Amino acid sequence: MTTTTATTTAPPVPAALASAPRRGRGINWSTVGTAVTTMIIVVWCLAPFYWMLVLAFRDNDHTFSTDPWFSHVTLDNFRYAFNAEYNPFARSLLNSLLIGAVVTAVSMVIGVFAAYALARLSFRGKGFVLTVILGASMFPGVAILTPLFQLFSSWHWLGTYQALALPQVSFSLPLAVYTLTSFFAEMPWNLEEAARVDGATSGQAFRLVILPLAAPAMFTTAILVFLASWNEYLLSSVLSNGSTEVAPSTVAIANFTAGPHIVPYTQTMAAGLIVTVPLIVVVLLLQRRIVSGLTAGGIKG
Amino acid sequence: MTVAGHVERRAGENPPGGPRRTRTRRGATRPREARRAYLLIAPALLLLALVVGYPIVKAVHQSFLTDPGLDKATGMFDEGNNWFGLHNYTHWLLQQCASPDGGYTSCPSGALGSQFWSSVGVTVGFTVVAVALETVIGMGFALTMHRAFRGRALVRVAILIPWAIPTAVTSKLWQVMFDPQGVINKLLGTHYAWTSSLWPARSAIVIADTWKTTPFIALLILAGLQNIPAETYEAAKIDGANAWRRFTSVTLPLVKPALAVAVVFRALDTLRMYDLPQILTGGSNGTTTSSILVVDQLTRGANSASALSTLTFVLIFVIAFGLVRLLNANLFGAQAKAVR
Repeated sequence: MTTTTATTTAPPVPAALASAPRRGRGINWSTVGTAVTTMIIVVWCLAPFYWMLVLAFRDNDHTFSTDPWFSHVTLDNFRYAFNAEYNPFARSLLNSLLIGAVVTAVSMVIGVFAAYALARLSFRGKGFVLTVILGASMFPGVAILTPLFQLFSSWHWLGTYQALALPQVSFSLPLAVYTLTSFFAEMPWNLEEAARVDGATSGQAFRLVILPLAAPAMFTTAILVFLASWNEYLLSSVLSNGSTEVAPSTVAIANFTAGPHIVPYTQTMAAGLIVTVPLIVVVLLLQRRIVSGLTAGGIKG
Repeated sequence: MTVAGHVERRAGENPPGGPRRTRTRRGATRPREARRAYLLIAPALLLLALVVGYPIVKAVHQSFLTDPGLDKATGMFDEGNNWFGLHNYTHWLLQQCASPDGGYTSCPSGALGSQFWSSVGVTVGFTVVAVALETVIGMGFALTMHRAFRGRALVRVAILIPWAIPTAVTSKLWQVMFDPQGVINKLLGTHYAWTSSLWPARSAIVIADTWKTTPFIALLILAGLQNIPAETYEAAKIDGANAWRRFTSVTLPLVKPALAVAVVFRALDTLRMYDLPQILTGGSNGTTTSSILVVDQLTRGANSASALSTLTFVLIFVIAFGLVRLLNANLFGAQAKAVR
């Protein structure tokens, strides 16, 4: 299962050997320097996230306390975030899941076909198709937003699930095609040939040989597409048109309220944490694959 | 082309004693393979034509039409969608608004029409400063990650966290930290109203954006670094090059293709930035990017918003094209190579 992802990640060993600390007497300053910069990076990346964690568990009355440790700990913020009386956050999580699932399913089914053809078959105009797909992902969201807003408005689609899901395909499909094509290009397709030499039909060869090999790559791509959908804000905030019934969690968090006279910082951080923690768990579990997926489309050699 | 060669080679490799196989191979000639490819690609292209192609063509068309509103000359309500020529464009580019007498005067300050050039300046300014910072810091990150032995796993995990947090949440997080009473002022001993005065607000956006996206650029640069063979460094070392010389003469030129692609992708993303400034500052205090201006205009007149979004798209295209030429970035090369 992991063999294909292992090949897509650049082998770290030779490069690491080059900077291996020389064994011997005295302090190796370059190792010390690397250790210090490593610490700086870790602190830089984690400090704001740590602060979100601290505030999410902190009593709202102590929002501006700068105590760096967990203090005035409470779970009220979470209770508050899920209280439908105050805000539609719980509903928005379901909306995000639903929209993300639909967008991912559509993009993957159609993207796998296209990526297979791009990576595996020979046809005229391949460069053109790649350009179109890459170009489509580079359009600014606002370029398609204005006409879609008008169109959906005349169809009475504003504030509906389809109005939120359909336009997201404009960036999720190119992302899926792009990432899958890179993965597919590195698959050992000659195994398929070998299976057919051994008498398998093309369907069997695909099902028994290629599908298990391609599954991790497809899974990684699906995760990246789902993350992109989960993060989407511009199209969702405009096309939901104020309807909290269908708005995803990003929109709910941006508009998070806590009633009059309350600065809802700690509650917002609790809601933000709920949206973020599943992503962080997924990213940590699949970090090698995610990194190879992120770099696969961009850079090879 | 190369795939066809591949097919022939594979056909040649077939053992002679496989008649059934040879037949299937011979059946997979190029036209048939191409037809299959077009069938497989058609749904993706059709869907993109529907969700990208059609809206863009429609936006360009709409940008030449009038918005519904009171006709200044007759005083009657006009449904709009009449031919308007380039007036929507001159409205934004020359900042001309309709005057009560039916002519055109320069837009009053505060009107959206007068904000076009400032939003362009803000957008380009954010892009230049943020991408420069992200590239330099990202390079530092990548070099450290490349060398790091012990903390490699930890850094890898840490660096993915800012990337994994949704931008909307990132914006709220920094909004909390940048509050006048927030932790950043307390740490710095300052009393800035970060999100509600001009330069602090702009700095806040650049800082938050840099925090969030430096990991991404670092990952792309790291991928480039890992493709440099270790022997190249050994050779440079033997030739007596010091660390700085090795960086400028070996690392930079060899990592440049990866760096160029990363810079172009980041620039494209920053040029269309919306979530972060919209949530962090509401686009006020000199942080209105082009995308924010389009959304502000959207409900006030979709056809003039179309002209604005078309201008934004042209602006992004021109800058991206210029960057690709300037950096000699090969966006398609990597993909074409992988496909081959």
